[in-house]
Amino acid sequence: MNNTLTIAHIKKSYYTKKGEIKAIDDINLEIKKGEIVAIVGSSGCGKSSLLGILAGIEKCHEGSFYFQNRKPVIGYMLQNDALFPWLSVYENAILGLKIQKKDTMENIAYVKKLFKTYNLDEFMNKYPHELSGGMKQRVALIRTLAIKPDILLLDEPFSALDYQSRLAISCDVFKIIKQEKITTILVSHDIAEAVSLANRVVVLSKRPCKIKKIYEINLNNDNPILNRNEKDFNLYYQQIWKDLDVNVG
Amino acid sequence: MSDNQKLFLKKIRLEQIIIKIVQVGIVILILGLWEYLTLKKVLNPFIFSSPSRIIKTIISLAYSGSLFEHIFTTLYEIIIAFSLGIGLGFIIAIILYECLILAKIVDPFLTMLNSLPKVALGPIIIIWAGANIKAIIIMALLINLIVSLLTIYNGFLGTDETKIKLLKSFGASKKQILKYLIIPGSKRTIISSLKLNISMTLIGVIMGEFLVSKKGIGYLIIYGTQIFNLNIVMAGIVILIILSFILYEIVKFIEKKFL
Repeated sequence: MNNTLTIAHIKKSYYTKKGEIKAIDDINLEIKKGEIVAIVGSSGCGKSSLLGILAGIEKCHEGSFYFQNRKPVIGYMLQNDALFPWLSVYENAILGLKIQKKDTMENIAYVKKLFKTYNLDEFMNKYPHELSGGMKQRVALIRTLAIKPDILLLDEPFSALDYQSRLAISCDVFKIIKQEKITTILVSHDIAEAVSLANRVVVLSKRPCKIKKIYEINLNNDNPILNRNEKDFNLYYQQIWKDLDVNVG
Repeated sequence: MSDNQKLFLKKIRLEQIIIKIVQVGIVILILGLWEYLTLKKVLNPFIFSSPSRIIKTIISLAYSGSLFEHIFTTLYEIIIAFSLGIGLGFIIAIILYECLILAKIVDPFLTMLNSLPKVALGPIIIIWAGANIKAIIIMALLINLIVSLLTIYNGFLGTDETKIKLLKSFGASKKQILKYLIIPGSKRTIISSLKLNISMTLIGVIMGEFLVSKKGIGYLIIYGTQIFNLNIVMAGIVILIILSFILYEIVKFIEKKFL
């Protein structure tokens, strides 16, 4: 069985009155099962469009992607938790299942198990505003995992959080992803976050974006916070920073 | 509880009591002055009426039974126009939200209709609908519908983009996005549109009754003017003030309960 996510020849343009804007120019990528791939690029380079295409929110004009020779089930985590304030935490978590009409006994039991695993079972009947920012992110993750995604897409996740909780949550999420062995694509403008979490970092060029370079990250820790202390961390960081070609000042 | 906390609570309570006392005082003062000045003929009671005359008029209207008939007629018109305004406003808002092209097409017409003083259409409505209760309800509907439609529609448009993205990533259909996100998410704007709607409905109904009616509080006021009986006019206004206050409080109660 082919256990990789294959992204083949994806192209995307936007059309405005002033003309065509090429956002993505021929992206090809193979991602192994359980791998975490981070995509970095300067802002507006089209990395979020790429994620939007994979999430099925945006259409692509050319190219395709498939997983085990079929369309993958996608779990999409956005920049903020996007929890619905009028639903209880539990109802939020099963929202995806309800929409896909997969709220079977079995799947609901799975969701309840996730709540237990992440120490949130006491909060199931609370409402989002009663939870801390970090807890809300975990609920958002449970909501995403509930539909048993083949691929997890993280679009600048946690960027709404302060630095401290951001580190803590990304560490949490990292453990969960590793535990559940979910193939993950992370889009981030934060190089440090990308290097500390990912197995590979894909650097995109400016618009229209192409793959500029791919880095295999060999930091041996199972903990993204400790990864930041490794000797090689700074090397990766500096190299990627150069690749991004950011104009400062 | 600390002494400072007690002092703080006491201060708040005192402030509330003072506000209430002053409010009641203002009403008593105005009514008293009004009564006194008309009694002393400084104000002509024939033109200005007086609190005691208003009360007497209301009592005699109540005895003859016509008072309740007027109130019920107006109330009936208000309830129908109010529910129609909210219901239709909600349905049309959904249609416009779902069909963006249609929204763009009708946009200038809605703006025109919104800025037009609807009373100007009164005579036409009477000719088309007949001089009856239908005309009054159409009049009120014209005034309240556009306002509640626009409020609800703008509430829909204000829905958080990331939440829509989230549902789309789950593969949600348009109908599901409406059901799970747009409608429950707009509860706040829908309920606050009720407040606006009730005052608009009152304007519309009274205006309609001014133009055509044989019953109702608006009729009472117009009738009083025609026979130059200011007691009846003032009685009508007092009843209207009480009625609108009660209706507003009911809507406020609903708002509190559902928000």
